[in-house]
Amino acid sequence: MRKHILTTIALALGLGLTASAQSFLENSQVNGSFQTDAQYYMRDNGIDINDLYGKKMGINGFGKVNYTNGNFTAGMRFEAFLPEMNGFRQELNGVGLANFFASYDNGFIGMTVGDIYDQFGCGFVFRTYEEWSLGMDNALRGARVVLRPTQGVTLKGVYGRQRFFWYPYLERDMGAEEYRGIVRGVDAEWDLNQSIPAMNDTKFKMSVGGSFVSKKQEDMSLFYYIPENVGAAAGRIRLGYGNWAFSTEYAYKINDPSAINNFIYKEGRAILSSLSYSQKGFGAVLQVKRIDNMSFKSMYTGKQNDLDINFIPPINYTHTHSLPSMYTYSTQPNGEMAAQLQVNYTIPKGTALGGKYGTKLAFNFSQVNDIIRDSVIDHGNMVINKPGTLGYSSPFFGVSDHRFFRDINFEVDKKISQKWHLTAQYINLYYDIETIEGHAGAPVVQANIGFLDVTYKLNRKQSLRLELQGLWEKEVHAGYEYEESEKKDYQKRGDWAFALLEYTITPHWSFSIADKWNYGNPVEEYRDHYFTGTVSYTHEATRIMLTAGRQSEGVVCVGGVCRTVPASSGVMLTVSTAF
Amino acid sequence: MKKLMTLLLMAFVCVGLHAQSKTDLPNVTIKNMDGKDVNIATLNNNGKPIVLTFWATWCGPCIKEHNALNDVYEDWQNETGVKIYAVSIDDSRSTAKVKPVVEGKGWEFEILLDVNSDLKRAMNVSNPPHTFLFDGNGKLVYQHTGYIEGSEEELYEEILKYAKKK
Repeated sequence: MRKHILTTIALALGLGLTASAQSFLENSQVNGSFQTDAQYYMRDNGIDINDLYGKKMGINGFGKVNYTNGNFTAGMRFEAFLPEMNGFRQELNGVGLANFFASYDNGFIGMTVGDIYDQFGCGFVFRTYEEWSLGMDNALRGARVVLRPTQGVTLKGVYGRQRFFWYPYLERDMGAEEYRGIVRGVDAEWDLNQSIPAMNDTKFKMSVGGSFVSKKQEDMSLFYYIPENVGAAAGRIRLGYGNWAFSTEYAYKINDPSAINNFIYKEGRAILSSLSYSQKGFGAVLQVKRIDNMSFKSMYTGKQNDLDINFIPPINYTHTHSLPSMYTYSTQPNGEMAAQLQVNYTIPKGTALGGKYGTKLAFNFSQVNDIIRDSVIDHGNMVINKPGTLGYSSPFFGVSDHRFFRDINFEVDKKISQKWHLTAQYINLYYDIETIEGHAGAPVVQANIGFLDVTYKLNRKQSLRLELQGLWEKEVHAGYEYEESEKKDYQKRGDWAFALLEYTITPHWSFSIADKWNYGNPVEEYRDHYFTGTVSYTHEATRIMLTAGRQSEGVVCVGGVCRTVPASSGVMLTVSTAF
Repeated sequence: MKKLMTLLLMAFVCVGLHAQSKTDLPNVTIKNMDGKDVNIATLNNNGKPIVLTFWATWCGPCIKEHNALNDVYEDWQNETGVKIYAVSIDDSRSTAKVKPVVEGKGWEFEILLDVNSDLKRAMNVSNPPHTFLFDGNGKLVYQHTGYIEGSEEELYEEILKYAKKK
């Protein structure tokens, strides 16, 4: 009898264990991705690459693996820059485990330890993210707690130190130059529609949120008193009624002298508001933004995008074709006033202008100006933007005459028949190259840009695509004799023409040739051709792409994927896969 | 009695084994265009296939792919009952533009917003467009990156394979 019971228990235990082990295994999921971009550089006197400085190759690679089991997830990303490709920051050079994390989330509470990517609202006070194609990663290494006490309410807390290339995280390992502060933040969001039953399905939508983030940094400066705790707060609201939507976010930061803001002791402010209307076939959105002294880094000596705690979203249109994306605006954290309007409209099918498939139209206007800066009285002296002072005062609604950027564009997208598809766009661009790219003294870029993108389907599997683009710049310094030292500022100036022919066989192959020609450069020796040939093979989630030729700075889209590339000459291989 | 107990125990264990049905849809919560939370693991289409496509308003090939998918979506739905979720990875630069773009272009798909790239990371998407096909049980059966003219046909062939199997 006892023996039988024991046998039964043993059997049950054994089975139970096998069962739980089996269900454990069954619930285990592993997925990941790999990518390697390798570039072999060649000298090319034609485009002024006379010296490779001992760097014949650049390889950027990563491998990422995630493990999931029910509510538990863990992952890691291994990176190798041996050395980094041209155009990426030299500090990336190295190899190692760049990112790892473990998290548990049961819907009520979520905990993550390790490297965290998150954002509060639109990112005005906190956003950590990773962008492989830019070599950008400001992950927060630390801990995060997410609480969802009731439907529609989300509370978050984060704490940690940000990634800064390969510099070690421990304080004692760092010299004064690389000192990083601790970042901590809390955020709350309340979605009324999800939390109040009576509002679940109303036409009226509303959610509110607020966040507070502070950094604790050590004052290492010999010249200034650096505040050791800097706080920033933001509040946001989102409203919707039927086809209308409105959202706004406002952020405030206490004085935070840094290398970026010229060590002034002024508070920072930011606001972004959006109003949109959309119904089937028509959508319009208007956005306005004001940024005043909002650079927020966990290291006050940081430059460029180093250790950014926050993110200031540029709101202008993002171009993806080669010539239109040559002059891309980047946010000026010290101050900007921006507005943009975008309208999308589809002329319905079956009308005279719509034809059989409808015609898609898009219009975008965006402009960015500087803010107004007035002098302030500091210790009895009138000062403006002087290091160690209150800096300046700025009227909230004031717009400076100094225009940084303007883009007016109009696009038509039309499927003409089963075989023909056409996209055309006209762009009128104003780009203050001196402010945006830091070329002191360089005249403003004013250009008309147009492109035509035509696809012809040969049959079910094969198609041809032709892109013709032109960029016509308002004449810069015509007939002027350039000094050698000045010439570098005219690398990509003047008129351009671009043509691309692509032949694709679904689902695997794409072959293309392209030429980009700076035929109207004001400096005669810069009137170069950038000729490239590309072959790409795609099998499900695996891509292999080989490009040979010259590449100028910009964004290139071939075979359906876009990436940014720096100027170079040589051969490039990209291999990526996901599983 | 003992045998009964043993049987019961075994039956219990077996039930325990089979109760777990595996889904490849990740346990990640993002929002739809109304701001409502959507847990991807809970997506279901009554045993019919589900397509997840990652896109962004600034991604030219994605717009092309979606225009092409939109042209055939109604036919596909009638034939196979497939449901397409278009996951926008637009960040705060362009989240406000998603709805006007989607409506302006007349797309019929369900749109989800992955503002913080949580789903993008969980599903290992490097560059959009990236398309995933799940069968009626949430099992990942096919994926494809990039878009070239006509590649939606290959996707449709895959959908057909899994629409028949129930």
